[in-house]
Amino acid sequence: MDMPRSEVRELRFDEYSATKHLEHATRQAHQRNYQDFLIVDVDSHHYENESYKEVFSYIDNPVIRRAAMESTKRGGRSSMMNTQVGYQDLGGRITRHELRKYEKVPSDVHRDISMTKLWMDAMGVDYTCLFPTPMLFLGLHPQTEVEVAMAQGYNRWLCERILAAEPRLISMLYLPFNDPEAAYRTVKEFGDKKGVVGFMVTSPRYKPVHDNAYVKTYALLEEMGKPISFHAAYNWNDQSLAMTNRFISVHALGFMWFNMVHMTNWVINGMPERFPKLKVMWIESGLTWAYCLMQRLDHSYMMRTSDCPSLKRKPSEYMREMYFSTQPMEIPDDPSILEATFKMINAETQLCWSSDYPHWDFDLPSTIYDQPFLSEQAKRNILGGNAARLFGLDPKPVKKIP
Amino acid sequence: MAEWFVAKASELSDGDRRIVTAGRHEIGVFRSGGTYYAYSNQCLHQGGPACEGLLINRVVDVIAPDRTYQGQTFSDDLHFVCPWHGYEYEITTGECVGDRKLKLRKYDVVQRGEDIYVVA
Repeated sequence: MDMPRSEVRELRFDEYSATKHLEHATRQAHQRNYQDFLIVDVDSHHYENESYKEVFSYIDNPVIRRAAMESTKRGGRSSMMNTQVGYQDLGGRITRHELRKYEKVPSDVHRDISMTKLWMDAMGVDYTCLFPTPMLFLGLHPQTEVEVAMAQGYNRWLCERILAAEPRLISMLYLPFNDPEAAYRTVKEFGDKKGVVGFMVTSPRYKPVHDNAYVKTYALLEEMGKPISFHAAYNWNDQSLAMTNRFISVHALGFMWFNMVHMTNWVINGMPERFPKLKVMWIESGLTWAYCLMQRLDHSYMMRTSDCPSLKRKPSEYMREMYFSTQPMEIPDDPSILEATFKMINAETQLCWSSDYPHWDFDLPSTIYDQPFLSEQAKRNILGGNAARLFGLDPKPVKKIP
Repeated sequence: MAEWFVAKASELSDGDRRIVTAGRHEIGVFRSGGTYYAYSNQCLHQGGPACEGLLINRVVDVIAPDRTYQGQTFSDDLHFVCPWHGYEYEITTGECVGDRKLKLRKYDVVQRGEDIYVVA
């Protein structure tokens, strides 16, 4: 029972603690008994640029490694890496982006591990699938060899320094997709490493996913039982998206756009028929795009089956067997609209909750837990059960909610 | 309802605030333009600490009489912003500026001599 208490506090903007910042999330975790069941976050982030000196030191190629190491001397995120315009912190309104530098953590554990576990426990998360941040745009780098070198260095650094050291952190590793041979080598080299539960393609790029060059990589993933995921982001330099003039616009469209293109190519070219056991996940596009695209493709398919003769069923039937992450989950005023979306994608078995923390539009587990149309079992499936099944995780909760 | 001590009036300058835990209520008490305002510290979005973020003026588009866009500027209206996701609330009303139907619970503030209290 909560005891009445009285406390007055001042706000400090020169100190920060994730535990304090997320105190209300912790309260939700206790109120909803998250300690009783597994919660898996299939999409969260760290800021790998804060560890660039370490990451770059893992790059094999001596020329690129030297260029990368030298670039860190000039400050910022590194002049070797590409980036995007994007005021994600809302002009300073999302205060944790700036204040997180004040978080005090033990010096004998990697800062990324400590920082991640703090917010996981505060929210009630048992396992999280950790992804990079600036590297989400690496598929747009003009030098394919830099994408390959960076993917190799980052993946090895992540496996050795982070995943090997903390069992609650898992990842779908970065695939250098602009070089199909390198993508294949990546799966071969890292597929069996501790904490590697699959592989991830950053969606903003201009390579069609149905290209024959990728077939052997898909076959290898299917054989290994490891999922492939497509993680959304935007490209403000894309010819169409370049017409938008605000971040809200490029974010709303961009995070759907590339996944809509990749999903369309994936289905229309019959990849689900060619790789029936390959598990595919679509990350950080929200849910409405799938609701739209299923209807759109089905409608055209019935008239143009000759365009996609590999298909034996409607496009939506294949899509309904794929996996989707929740965030940023659109929650319309009318819950029946969201309910219809859940029904469309078979949410009870295919939807996996994701936070995207600490990015600006993160979601808490309550975005799922508080939906009135879901049964307790459906909530638990979406919050952790589906991901545990997909990734082969122990369903026993391991978190320590403060 | 009880009165919960917030601060001495002399301790709160314009733009200052306090977060008051008053029994089961968590309340943000602001001083702005010489007036005290008090709202629930529970964002109407995902429950973030709505009163603990940035104080910032409303952004407005500058539209000329001929209806052409002339850039953006800040207006005189002051907002407080939930630090979790950026939901903005008007400091004089507690209304969510993105959807005026959403309002934070408002609490009365009383001053007795030098002492400021919030009623909850």
